[in-house]
Parts: sequence; structure tokens; C-alpha cells
Amino acid sequence: MKTLNILLSAFRALQRNKMRSFLTMLGIIIGVGAVIAMLAIGQGAEFSVKQQIAALGTNVLMVYPGAQQQAGVRTAAGSAVTLTEDDALAISRECPAVRYLSPGSGAGGQVIAGNLNWSTGIQGVGNDYLEIRQWPIEYGEFFTDQDVKAAAKVCVLGRTVADNLFPETSAVEQTVRIRNVPFKVVGVLTKKGQNANGQDQDDLILAPYSTVIRRLTHWPNLRSILISANSLAEMTTAQKQVTEVLRMRHKIQPYDADDFTVRNQTDLAATATATTEILTILLASIASVSLLVGGIGIMNIMLVSVTERTREIGIRMSIGARSRDILTQFLIEALVLSLLGGITGIILGTVGSSVISSIAKWPTIITPFSVFLSFGFSIAIGIFFGFYPARKAAMLNPIDALRYE
Amino acid sequence: MIHEITTTPAQKDGVLIQINHLTKVYQLGEVDVHALRGVSINVSRGEFVAIMGASGSGKSTFMNILGCLDKPTKGDYFLEGIDVSRLTRDELAAIRNLKIGFVFQGFNLLSRTSALENVELPLFYCSISNKLRKSRAIAAIERVGLGDRIHHYPNQLSGGQQQRVAIARALVNDPSIILADEPTGNLDSRTSVEVMGIFQELNNNGITVILVTHEPDIAQFAKRHIVFRDGKIKSDKFNPNPRIASEVLKELPMIDEEEEAA
Repeated sequence: MKTLNILLSAFRALQRNKMRSFLTMLGIIIGVGAVIAMLAIGQGAEFSVKQQIAALGTNVLMVYPGAQQQAGVRTAAGSAVTLTEDDALAISRECPAVRYLSPGSGAGGQVIAGNLNWSTGIQGVGNDYLEIRQWPIEYGEFFTDQDVKAAAKVCVLGRTVADNLFPETSAVEQTVRIRNVPFKVVGVLTKKGQNANGQDQDDLILAPYSTVIRRLTHWPNLRSILISANSLAEMTTAQKQVTEVLRMRHKIQPYDADDFTVRNQTDLAATATATTEILTILLASIASVSLLVGGIGIMNIMLVSVTERTREIGIRMSIGARSRDILTQFLIEALVLSLLGGITGIILGTVGSSVISSIAKWPTIITPFSVFLSFGFSIAIGIFFGFYPARKAAMLNPIDALRYE
Repeated sequence: MIHEITTTPAQKDGVLIQINHLTKVYQLGEVDVHALRGVSINVSRGEFVAIMGASGSGKSTFMNILGCLDKPTKGDYFLEGIDVSRLTRDELAAIRNLKIGFVFQGFNLLSRTSALENVELPLFYCSISNKLRKSRAIAAIERVGLGDRIHHYPNQLSGGQQQRVAIARALVNDPSIILADEPTGNLDSRTSVEVMGIFQELNNNGITVILVTHEPDIAQFAKRHIVFRDGKIKSDKFNPNPRIASEVLKELPMIDEEEEAA
């Protein structure tokens, strides 16, 4: 029997019991839909975590004062030589793998503009800061190398700060007073939203680190140095070069521990991704249980169908159908059920996950992988659960089948 | 598809069926039931045989073996020179498909399937193009006089018409024999005669027909009578004056005008 003919006759057999076929398919539809939706949610979470990590900047290294492991004997950071402006300059001078560098200092405080005020963090950064963070300016411009060198009293506002201090007018060219020091606003940053921990990344003011050190903190040490390597491949090289330069400058003996820490984003990213991957697997395995139940539904209906159509099987055998023909016929019917269910389930899951993402404001992603996976799964279920009933039909004795009432 | 069924000399001398010492034993629990106790018979091409006997005489078992639906316990069965008693399940299916046409008492048509598709069914199980399949099915339906009902479903056809569709299905693969198992059992007397008329017409055109019946009236249409009793052949006689269905029909009053018009 030709494949197309078998397929057509399978469709017709299923059509004869529309309601039953639909209900059987529903099991697979729900199962596949659930798998698709759950994978979409899990992968959406994975994606947003990765995106937030990427938002911190690519190829980024962070240098912090103080050692990573604080053994009992060693004193707290700040008591010894820590990161200074000169360290930062030395790194940018002596490390060829470093592309951008931004020394960081910081202060918190009340910011006043006219009759409005706002409490926020003031970050002292270098003029390459936005390049490292890959954060564009929305209005105005960023401060220049000249501003940094001259410790100019200029600043750039995050969106949240700009919205709160200048709700009506443009913030650019206005003056804000930070701890009673007047700063001219030269630009406003684009909105970045929340970070992975739910903190508002737009609630900040950027000013030249030199100005922050001289006017606000009055403390020469840097809080951090933000570095971006030439490329992802040069991350390790950059990390090595930075460590060498700093060890030399801090006069650390070969067997002594660093008095600073160089950290990269990859470690953080790996941890976060691993967590969301576990979430995805968990969700998908719960959903696949319903797919399994759907498969059992197919098997059940196919068994009923074989019993009901025993006479038909007998007729087909009497006119020359071989066991293999009968087996194929019922197997194809089960496959058609599970495939139609699978395709509908993929559509339903896609629609469902976009509804979830619009209602729950949760990003969902449907990858070709999850579609193929569910598709493959439904084929496998059709074959697996269709085989037993089909075999039962194929093994019937033609005489008994013909006499079956 | 493996349908490489070769012809043998047996075919040439006109012997279609050659059965030697056929026995069939069923095991029902611990009791052996001897359904056939040594049956030998030859049927030539173009015969019209009626097999008769009371229930339990073994005629149904014999029919099942003849139709390659069952295998004998002992003995040989040559159909067109092929020893079908030694074939596998799949090879028997091929024989049924190409060499045997079945007509049953209960018509055994697929419901919710049109007359044409029912007739096409045997052709689905042998390699044949879709176009040829359709044209052969239509030809077979026209041969039994139902050319205007090809798209009717069985439930839209009278009993006689359903049986004609079944005959068309049996004919469609141009079989060596047509096996009819009580083909008139579910039909009224006039329709029975009409159906027998079709068998006679087919037989006159050279098709071998083997009919199982317990109605002597119906058996009278056949040219040879074989009577079974207790698993053996009790008598095997030629019928010198078979009834001619077309003549019997003329004498019968027309009662089913409406049915034919339905």
C-alpha cells in the first residue's frame, strides 16, 4: 500500500470519530504546548540573565582593592596601599591587552535641583566608562578627557535621577548641587532598567572620578577600576597583565598574596546561567509528564479502535492485507494523531507563551530546538504508544476477525 | 511486494484446485475436534460448485482452508499448482489478494466508505497505479450493474446492491476463484436469484465459482454439488440441469420496484 494512500485512509479513519480523535489529540496538544511554554519561560529567563550580564559590558574586568580571600591574619582593605589614580594610569599605559579603562570612585548623597531633591549614588568614572558599559547617552553628551583631567564640575544623570529632578524640563545645561557642590549637567543616559538583582540601574549620577575624589570624597583611593579587554579572547591576557603591573607597583613579593582582586564577568555569568538552566530542565520535565499522559491516551484510544474495527481488519486481511499492512495502517493512525496534536501543541504553546510574557512581563523565547524537541517527542510518542495496538491488530487471526461481532 | 507466483503444468490441464487427504484438527481445551477427516477433491477451471452440508459438517472449515484463511493440519492443497498449505502468513495474504475473491453472507463492506472505495480496497494491497486502480474498480462495479451508484455508501444501498458491491470487490483483482460463503443468506428470494444470476453470468464468462450454502434452492444454480457430512465428503455429483437465474427471474413476480429505484 502506498504511503500516500495509507495516510489518506488514516485521516479518514480519524475523521469518522472526530470528537474522539480530537480528545485524544488534546492530550498531546496540552503536553506539547506545556513543554513549549515551559521551555520558552525557562529559556526566556536564561536569556534575560545573560542579557543583564552582557549589559554590564563585554570583556569586562573589575579590579577591587583588598584580597578576595580574607584570611584572619590579614588586615582590612584600605589600611595598606590600595588602588590609586596612578595605578589606573599605569595599567592603561603598560597593559597592551587593555582597551578601555575607567577608574571608579563613589559617593552617596542628596542631590538638589531647584526646589526638588533626590538621594542617589554618585559614581566617579573615567571618560571611557560608557564605552565599557556599552551605555549610550540619550540627550547631550558625556564628559571628555579634558573634563576628567581638569576635575571639571560636570555630570551626567541616569534616567531616574533626570526624571525626578527635572520632571518638566530638559536636564541638559541645568545645574544640580551635590553635597552643596554645583555640577553642570552635560547629558542624560538612556534607560537601562533593572539589573538581575532588581536594582534600578538608572538611579545614579556619573561624574569625572577626579572631581568626585577632589570635591566629594576627599579620599585619594579608588573604589574600583573598570577595564575592558581588546576582545573576549584577550580577557585572560589582560587579567594577567593587570595583575603583574599592580603587583609590581604595590611591591608584592613573589610568594605573597595580592592586595587587590581582579574579577571578570564570566564567572558570574556561568553561575547565573547554570541556575536558569536548572529551572528550564525542571519546568520541561514537569511538562513532559503531561506529554507522557497524552501518549497513554493515544494508546488507549488505539486499543479501543482496534477492538471496534476487528471486523474491518478481518475484511482487509481476507482481501489480501498482510500483517505488515495492518500494522502500518494503525501505526500511521497513531502517528497522525500525535503529529497533528504535536503541531497544534506547538502553535498553542507559542501563543500561550506570548500571552504569559505579556501578562507576567516575563520574557519567553521559543527556540527551534524546543520546537524540534517537541515535534520529535510527539513522533516518538506516536510510534511508541501506537505500536502495541497496531501489533495487536496485525496479529489477529483473519477468521476470528471476520466473525467478530 | 512479493507476488512472484509462477504457473505450473497443472494449470494447463485445467485443474485449478487439487486437494489430497486434507485433515483439520482443532484443539478445544483437551478435546481434539476433527473438523475435516481426509478430504480429497479436484476442481477444474470454469466450474460452478456448490458445497452443502449441515452445520458442523466441516464445510466452513473447508471453505476457510480453500480461501487460504486457514491452514490444514495435514494434506496438500494445490491452487493453480502452488502448494498453498506450506505458505507463510504473508504469502497466503498475497494469494488471497490475487487469486481469491471472497463474497460473504453479511456482505462485509467497510461502512462509511463508498462503493467505489470498497471495490478498490484489494488493489491497495498490490502494486498498481492509482489511475489503473480506479478504472479497474469502476469496470468491476459496472460489471455487476451498479455503475450509477459508485459513490453511494453501504447504508445507502439495499442488501442486494451491497452484495453486488461485494461481488465487484471480489472480481476486481481478476481472481482464479470466487468463494461465496452463504451469499444469499441475508437476502430475500428475488434478490437471491438476482445475485445467483450474477454468479452464473460470471461463471459463463469463465470464472470459477465455489459457493457454500445450505439452501437446496440456491445450490440448484450450481453445476456440481458436493455434500459434506462429519468432516468427509458424502457425495460429489454433477448437476445435469442447473436452474438458470435469468429464466427463474422472469417467472418471479416483481415486488421490489421501489428497492431498485432507491
